[in-house]
Amino acid sequence: MEQILQWFAEHQDMIYIVILMVFVGIEVIGRVPSVLHTPLMSGANAIHGVVIIGAIIVMGNADPEDITALILGFLAVILGTLNVVGGFVVTDRMLEMFNKKK
Amino acid sequence: MNRMESLLLFIYLIASITFILGLKMLSNPKTARKGNTVAALGMGIAIIGTILLYTNDAGDHLGNHVWIIGGLAIGGVIGTLSAKNVKMTAMPQMVSLFNGMGGACAALISIIEFKHLVHDFKPELYAGGGYTYFSTLDGGVLLVILAGLIIGSVSFAGSMIAWAKLDGRLNDYAFNGQHIVNIFMLIFTIGLSCMILFLRPEETITFFYAILALSALYGILFVLPIGGADMPVVISLLNSFTGIAAACGGFLYDNSAMLTGGILVGAAGTLLTVLMCNAMNRSLLNVLIGSFGASAQANQSAGAQGTYKEMSISDAAVLMSYSSKVVIVPGYGLAVAQAQHACHELEKLLADKGVEVTYAIHPVAGRMPGHMNVLLAEADVPYEKLKEMEEINDEFPSIDVVLVLGANDVVNPAAKTDPSSPIYGMPILDVELAKHVIVNKRSMKPGYAGIENELFFRPKTSMLFGDSKKVLQDLIAEIKNL
Repeated sequence: MEQILQWFAEHQDMIYIVILMVFVGIEVIGRVPSVLHTPLMSGANAIHGVVIIGAIIVMGNADPEDITALILGFLAVILGTLNVVGGFVVTDRMLEMFNKKK
Repeated sequence: MNRMESLLLFIYLIASITFILGLKMLSNPKTARKGNTVAALGMGIAIIGTILLYTNDAGDHLGNHVWIIGGLAIGGVIGTLSAKNVKMTAMPQMVSLFNGMGGACAALISIIEFKHLVHDFKPELYAGGGYTYFSTLDGGVLLVILAGLIIGSVSFAGSMIAWAKLDGRLNDYAFNGQHIVNIFMLIFTIGLSCMILFLRPEETITFFYAILALSALYGILFVLPIGGADMPVVISLLNSFTGIAAACGGFLYDNSAMLTGGILVGAAGTLLTVLMCNAMNRSLLNVLIGSFGASAQANQSAGAQGTYKEMSISDAAVLMSYSSKVVIVPGYGLAVAQAQHACHELEKLLADKGVEVTYAIHPVAGRMPGHMNVLLAEADVPYEKLKEMEEINDEFPSIDVVLVLGANDVVNPAAKTDPSSPIYGMPILDVELAKHVIVNKRSMKPGYAGIENELFFRPKTSMLFGDSKKVLQDLIAEIKNL
């Protein structure tokens, strides 16, 4: 318990970011028309692909002798990239069709 | 802090700003596409910056560059190809699939970091000390790892089920007391995590993998009973889960880009989920717990049975050609049949004959909000012809013919009149007020919500059975011959 409290104290600036971002996230998309719900969901989906950075760090720190870590890390990088690239491309394709109507 | 590290922090700041800006722009039709590009660019520099500039606590740069680049290349190629080639109708399941990948990525990171954490300890140092070596593990790090593991695997497993359902590979499945089992499993999973966090038992490693298995199972059982029509809401919810899982990684690596990106999506995704539910006039709880399937069966036996009348293609062609106002109501059937181009052709043909044709777009027609807009935009239907529900509902009494193409639940009057109906309270298109209603569907089978539609049995309604594309082509040929 003490450790966890201490962890909170050490990370308080990050916890502040979390709280502020919750409000920013809500505020930013507050007035989205229902037509854009799906592209927005898809775009947000691509943004959480930022988890790829974690995968890159894990992969880069992996011990080259440790095959399990290498394979798991490699898998994480592939999956994360799929999330990012696939997410942005799909969103772009959806929005491309919206734009054509102008 | 050396120069490289500062530069990387600066890059992360830029990336965070692009995420916020991108999301902001994505919620406005005019800037949406640019917003997506802005966020993608931010992501790109964050990735490149991490590879080149990241240093760990010991000051070492990242190694294994071949692996990293290889993974990025494989993921990039597969991601681009599958996203480019997916059919418009399969878009929602694609989003679900990509979301699952993100969840799995977060869970994998947790697994690797946990192995790392446990591996670094030497049991012999702690033997005989009266406590297990697990007690020295950093509680805060464990908390973040466990949160990432649980949320990531729930999101992964749930997204896979949502994908399989939307792709038609899996049917709704529920057993009695499933909700109780689900809640019990959730409590058990959290209980195990608390045991690891606070008690550090000998079995910590076993518990960790038990939590992994339980979370994945929970994800499956959580999504399985939810009706296929509600999948977009579920995907949006799982989307925000993955965001939070990504943010856990932000804590793990003191990485502000992961933190802002993750939490931003977590918050926006949750709000979006609620907005989607509002568009259907249902609460999130109702979507998650009140599975459509069960109540629909009860409804069907007592459902509005009666006689419907069929119409021939030529009758429909004559009726529409000599009307002054026609409204087309597109639905999922149109998307499945890929009939959007034929639909546009019919609309142009009728317009040439002096008929005023508009489209009535229900906010949740199809399998995702905005589905019909995207589909019709693909066929170059002018934007002005698409009328939103609020806009057109008052006009229906003056409409001569409403042509319903593969839509069902969104024109079901039971939503207004029958309090026992599972869709009761959902705003619908008031097509029954028009002078004639022509309904095209493949058979008399109920729509996605699994409920009968009394509209089909009304005297003003005529049925035109068959695949939307085939029927539209026949109609076009018939009208040309008039």
